[in-house]
Amino acid sequence: MTDLTLRADEEISAVIEPLKHLPGALLPILHALQDRFGHVPKEAVPVVAKALNLSRAEVHGTISYYHHFRDEPAGRHVVQLCRAEACQAVGADALWAHAEGCKGEFTLEPVYCLGQCAIGPSMLIDEEIHAKVTPAKFDQLTAALRGAK
Amino acid sequence: MSVTIYVPRDSAALALGADRVATALVAEAAKRGVNVRVVRNGSRGLLWLEPLVEIATDKGRIAFGPVSPADVQGLFDSGFPQSFAHPLCLGPTEQIDYLKRQERLIFARAGVTDPLSIEDYQAHGGFKGLIAAQTMKPADIVDSVLQSGLRGRGGAAFPAGIKWRTVLQAEARQKYVVCNADEGDSGTFSDRMVMESDPLLLIEGMAIAALATGASQGYIYVRSEYPHAIQSLQLAIKLAEAGGFLAGFKLEVRKGAGSYVCGEETALLESLEGKRGLVRAKPPLPALQGLFGQPTLINNVITFASVPFILAEGAKAYQDYGAGRSRGTLPFQLAGNIKHGGLVEKAFGLTLRELLYDFGGGSLSGRPIRAVQVGGPLGAYMPESQFDTPLDYEAFAAIGATVGHGGIVAFDDSVDMAKQARYAMEFCAIESCGKCTPCRIGSTRGVEVIDRIVAGEKREQNLTLLRDLCEIMVSGSLCAMGGMTPNPVLSALNHFGADFEKESRR
Repeated sequence: MTDLTLRADEEISAVIEPLKHLPGALLPILHALQDRFGHVPKEAVPVVAKALNLSRAEVHGTISYYHHFRDEPAGRHVVQLCRAEACQAVGADALWAHAEGCKGEFTLEPVYCLGQCAIGPSMLIDEEIHAKVTPAKFDQLTAALRGAK
Repeated sequence: MSVTIYVPRDSAALALGADRVATALVAEAAKRGVNVRVVRNGSRGLLWLEPLVEIATDKGRIAFGPVSPADVQGLFDSGFPQSFAHPLCLGPTEQIDYLKRQERLIFARAGVTDPLSIEDYQAHGGFKGLIAAQTMKPADIVDSVLQSGLRGRGGAAFPAGIKWRTVLQAEARQKYVVCNADEGDSGTFSDRMVMESDPLLLIEGMAIAALATGASQGYIYVRSEYPHAIQSLQLAIKLAEAGGFLAGFKLEVRKGAGSYVCGEETALLESLEGKRGLVRAKPPLPALQGLFGQPTLINNVITFASVPFILAEGAKAYQDYGAGRSRGTLPFQLAGNIKHGGLVEKAFGLTLRELLYDFGGGSLSGRPIRAVQVGGPLGAYMPESQFDTPLDYEAFAAIGATVGHGGIVAFDDSVDMAKQARYAMEFCAIESCGKCTPCRIGSTRGVEVIDRIVAGEKREQNLTLLRDLCEIMVSGSLCAMGGMTPNPVLSALNHFGADFEKESRR
């Protein structure tokens, strides 16, 4: 257990070290941590604060301010459905209701605009983008994804 | 002899299967012994036709679309790429009416070139503006921008040249050029398309701005929801650096983190500094004390992307487009419930109706278009009676609407406008940075009041309360988030009042 924590600490520092000298380094560091761990681990907060000479409250405040950062691990996959106006105009609300009823190895999240406003509703499965998503297409895409490891 | 086939790499095309189409085309060609070369170009912006596949012929390019992987075998059966007999053939790309009727200054290259080829970029007029600027005095570059009449395309429509001049005249050892690429408005995708389909254009515009203002460091702040744009910009910056186009100017991409308010320039600067995206009070202007307290030129993507044309062809050539005090072109974006959604770059002055029907072809569902939201989530909902308003900043402002970033979202007659008004308040509650009380708390109260109105609870009092609340939000918020959320709310109430009445709701 101690070993695991120690390794995590080392890994956190390894992510922070090359970025900490950037002007305005906090967001790049938080992105790098989330890219590495899938979320920004709580243990990273004091390490980041120390590296950037910030208070832990400032680091925590920044993490919690931005929708993109998560402090808990997400599911194996993240499915983001656009819920903004242009997608609403072509059935995004109904699609959201449908998606909420589907359980699988993914975390469902709303997103406000993926820039595919002429071909909505749109969604991201991890970093893969899909447009003109109907409930049937949603089922097909997420079923394929559940089969994959 | 090998035939060149174009399959777009823009994320709109990818979202509709362009990668699979490209793979299928290569595989099918190999199977049949047809020699092809596939180029991954940008998007032409005719998004209902994506993936739009083109083949190069000695008479220009011929378009096919929308092509799905399942169509590929049939295409080759019909004699593709030598014959144009297949039903998906749209004829010469440049002759497609939607494209032919546009005035493309910014998007002249989008979909034509490989976005990540410097050779392609230069062969189609790229870097002409930067090369011209390199021989000019900074003040003359600024003067060109001023003379062109270009106004900030982010929404506020402030004359760009004045901002540029302020930064040029500020004395400091370090100045910055920052691009606001946090395009978060629903219905807008022109920034995304520049970044994915012609990223070198934005880079060129920023390099010109650096020369004009004396900035040595630049940042492009891109929203995290645009992973493809981020990747394309990063690659394009490397190419421009290697080509020697960015001498003395260091340009970096910084990734946002899902905050809508960070599209407001001062919140964006806070975020770039590594803080929460809280809006700053102005003054001081960012042009004098911006990023890290230094003079900072901050413009949005389309503003910077408009500049290379002005430097290459002259301020007069740009000034010749437009109407009234709105000069030049704007890439309008047709979105939502629309048959032919996509990008339409036109000079200011055409009407909403022309865009919706002549270009857009009416609604996607085939039902009447009932409401249109122009300029993003903070723009007014416009009823049919206002569809003849010419698209220019002043004409829209005169009726309490905004052109904003040129995003146009159409809704058919199944829309519930009370629900849309409620959503506007709800969105403000989710996205408010929390600095100003009327925005932070007013938005939540707004949702509750609309719910009561729709439920028929003390209707008259609650209507008065809603208008009162909107007034406080307008006058008591530092930025457009709280200050403009009342636009969609009140326009929905004023033009579609019946939707707020319990009796007449379905």
